[in-house]
Amino acid sequence: MSSAESGVRQNETALARQAFTEQLKLLSLSFPALLLVGFIVLIPMGWLFWLSFLDADGFTLAHYERLLHPSYGLTLRTTFELAFLVTAVCVVLGYPLAYIAAQMSPRAARIVLLCVLFPFWTSLLVRTYAWLVLLQRRGQLNTWLQDWGLTDAPLRLVHNFTGTAIGMVHIMLPFMILPLYAAMKSIDENYMRAAANLGASPVQAFWQIHVPLSLPGLGAGVMVVFVLSLGFYVTPALLGGGRVMMWAMQIERSLAVYSDWGAASALGVVLLVITLAMLWLFSRLTGAVNAAAGGR
Amino acid sequence: MTSGPLRSDGMGGAAALPITISNIRKNYGSFRALDNVSLDIRSGEFLTLLGPSGSGKTTLLMVLSGFVRPDSGSVRFAEREVVLLPPHKRDIGMVFQNYALFPHMTVAGNLAYPLKLRHVHRAEIEARVEKALDLVQLGGLGARGVDELSGGQRQRVALARAVIFEPRILLMDEPLSALDKNLREQMQLEVRRLHDRLGMTTVYVTHDQREALTMSDRIAVLDKGRIQQVDPPQALYERPKTHFVADFIGESFSLPVTVNDGGATLFDQALHLPRKIAGSEPYFLVLRPEKLTLLPNSVDGEAGVNVIKGQVRQSVFHGDSVMIYVAVRDAHEIALRIPLRGNVVLPQPGEHVRLGYGIEDTIVVPAAEQAGGER
Repeated sequence: MSSAESGVRQNETALARQAFTEQLKLLSLSFPALLLVGFIVLIPMGWLFWLSFLDADGFTLAHYERLLHPSYGLTLRTTFELAFLVTAVCVVLGYPLAYIAAQMSPRAARIVLLCVLFPFWTSLLVRTYAWLVLLQRRGQLNTWLQDWGLTDAPLRLVHNFTGTAIGMVHIMLPFMILPLYAAMKSIDENYMRAAANLGASPVQAFWQIHVPLSLPGLGAGVMVVFVLSLGFYVTPALLGGGRVMMWAMQIERSLAVYSDWGAASALGVVLLVITLAMLWLFSRLTGAVNAAAGGR
Repeated sequence: MTSGPLRSDGMGGAAALPITISNIRKNYGSFRALDNVSLDIRSGEFLTLLGPSGSGKTTLLMVLSGFVRPDSGSVRFAEREVVLLPPHKRDIGMVFQNYALFPHMTVAGNLAYPLKLRHVHRAEIEARVEKALDLVQLGGLGARGVDELSGGQRQRVALARAVIFEPRILLMDEPLSALDKNLREQMQLEVRRLHDRLGMTTVYVTHDQREALTMSDRIAVLDKGRIQQVDPPQALYERPKTHFVADFIGESFSLPVTVNDGGATLFDQALHLPRKIAGSEPYFLVLRPEKLTLLPNSVDGEAGVNVIKGQVRQSVFHGDSVMIYVAVRDAHEIALRIPLRGNVVLPQPGEHVRLGYGIEDTIVVPAAEQAGGER
């Protein structure tokens, strides 16, 4: 290279300015969304946080002290039990369905996914009331069970933990199936062929190759369903019949019955912190699983 | 059953199985993927299935591996009928086109997988994984993740995984197609050496005729679901039986000839032929550029050679040689390759030339493919 070429820097500032304005234009596209998130998420949440430490006399920790009462512990336990149960049932029901859909032709898979998404088109309230009709004492399900001689007396399927779990599983299932389906769809069919070729029976290939490769989708599904279940309100309120007290219902009661914004805010903050802690724990856990499976 | 370490001697005979494929048919709707294919693959042989895409070569390999169920036909490994056997019970190695290395396992994990499935003792697994890594020159990389490897390294791992359980048949589905040219040529030699060392029967699928010529003991050329010809590389190149084979293998240019009474005529000029031709349908004369020689213009008739006249159109430089494109009777084009050694006088565009080719190099093949698999 000649010394003349290496010494000259042509158009340097103009090119740098062009790069900068291009980035600025790209950034400006995301500006409305950033603004929205700032205004309707971050600011109200900060305000909530602020309220939870205030009462008529100014700064206080009384709202949090009240949460130490055993009734709140019980609510927390119910909330977690229900979230765990709903998540587990969603995995057991969702995994096979996602698996079958992923094996189907694209056309058939589209129809299956449409059916999975179908409940989203009706209102949450309608779906929940529909379960109430189906599951109640003289509802369709109990009528059938007795007609077929499977039970002698009507089962208590609603206004309790069971009914709440059934309704929530129904609503949460799509959130489990969709990420699972996406993950399974990205698994190259040659992996399963290679496993078979190396001597793995279909069952071995499923557990040793397919399941580990679908873990990212499973993780995403579990996380979404669990977190959404922790904060669920409508379905437990209707199908639980007042017997299933969820954390979100405590918040509602603080506001509607006692008009206590401070207490409601404290409850909200605690739920948020617990949820974030769960997310952190979960990401650590899946990271550990991946490391153990892959050794990297 | 073998359980010892990978063989390092040259004795492969006892470790290989012959494959007998007979009357395999497979249709996808109205598309005939395999049209009554029969093929005997010898024990310990390196046989390549060669053909363009859609010729049925991959489908045939998938029938051997058990991933495609044929409509009818039989596949036997030695005397054993396997056409109804599921893939995981066939005990044959396979290298996939995209390698299909398990991304959630390390290199060593991938290699150990088939051994674990066979309940090999843990200490022995470790020893055999190490040995297999050495075999493909990847010693010490066992702990790496699959995504940390280069394309060539992945290729080697796939190869090692396919042979670590010492299958007596190895199938390879275009294993080198993802590699760049230099690496591909190097791996061709390595794969062949591995085959010679381990001695199993190898069935290799490719659409690259050069690769097939380089690696194979025999090549089966497929087109439209049928086997066109099965022969060693040299025989296939020098004595193609159909126009398709002549066209697909190596460089060639075709001129139409008329055939009667076992002789052939090219543009009113009788050809000297190595042997008589049966039949009377349209035929082609196939000319390979490197078999043609430039004849001096002075001499007329020449004993022992066929002569063709034409006018130079264009010459193209290839580094070690020059391709001269020659127009024959305006409507046709042929080419000859002149190696660049010493002082070569090259004909210039527009110049009239006479080209000669030996009688043994005079390839005359039927224009249309004959019905039924030519064997």
